[in-house]
Amino acid sequence: MRARVYVTLKDGVLDPAGVATAGGLKSLGFGEVAGVRLGKFIEVDLDESADGFSPESARTRLTEMCEKLLANTVIEKYRIELEG
Amino acid sequence: MASTSSFDVAVITFPGSNCDADLRHAVDLVDGLSARAVWHKETDLGAPDAVLLPGGFSYGDYLRCGAIARFSPVMEEVIAFAGGGGPVLGICNGFQILTEAGLLPGALLANRDLKFLCQSVTLEVEGRETPFSRGLAGAKPLTMPIAHMDGNWYADDETAARVEGEGQIIFRYQGGSPNGARMDVAGLSNAAGNVVGMMPHPERACEDALGGADGLGLFQSLAGFLQSR
Repeated sequence: MRARVYVTLKDGVLDPAGVATAGGLKSLGFGEVAGVRLGKFIEVDLDESADGFSPESARTRLTEMCEKLLANTVIEKYRIELEG
Repeated sequence: MASTSSFDVAVITFPGSNCDADLRHAVDLVDGLSARAVWHKETDLGAPDAVLLPGGFSYGDYLRCGAIARFSPVMEEVIAFAGGGGPVLGICNGFQILTEAGLLPGALLANRDLKFLCQSVTLEVEGRETPFSRGLAGAKPLTMPIAHMDGNWYADDETAARVEGEGQIIFRYQGGSPNGARMDVAGLSNAAGNVVGMMPHPERACEDALGGADGLGLFQSLAGFLQSR
């Protein structure tokens, strides 16, 4: 099973790279761009034959992974998608 | 504690640390302190009197600066040492590791202008007394270098107000922050005051031949603190 994790800076935390990218888009003529947030996209492959694995537990385990390592919740938020 | 023997100062080396040798050198310049190199894989820290986390690019800054080093085997011992009130100082990447470990409030974001900053800064010392700033608060400002990409200290409104109210801001950039750090924070302590993190590099300002020795004051402060216990 593959999980997709999206990590971005929380709303309200300045994202200078996002601001610079938005400026670039605007200068290319994309005047409708109101803002850009850059983040990380992480794919995690899960071994379905691992001890204790269940599709139901996968989301809980992914949440733990995000809380412990993949995101720093002081500054970042995350979203988890499970494939299949 | 015998005053004749040196105090044992553990300096942790992570894969990618690059200021560890400089830091040990700076510690050894101070009477009464003796630096000891500790590899991050150690699960036994020994019985240090203080623990220092050096600058560098631990684990290539992958994921986030300090995020992976925070789970190095030795960090469990460092966290326990800090929890017991032991003096801990994190410099630059060491500061990032301490915030990732939850030993210090807030986080270090990318510099506001997205540039690696390598320059001399002047720091106002203030706040509560810590093992690394004894007698320095309110005295003359200290000049030392910064060299970082992610030194923009951030905390939410509530945390920022608490940190300031409790006197946990120990070092502030004079004349404004070069990296966008909230409240011009260059370094701060935990609530108990025994753990300090800072972006500037005191170990790079410990000899006049290198342009100044203001950084030495922090290590002399540590020696004085340990002697006074």
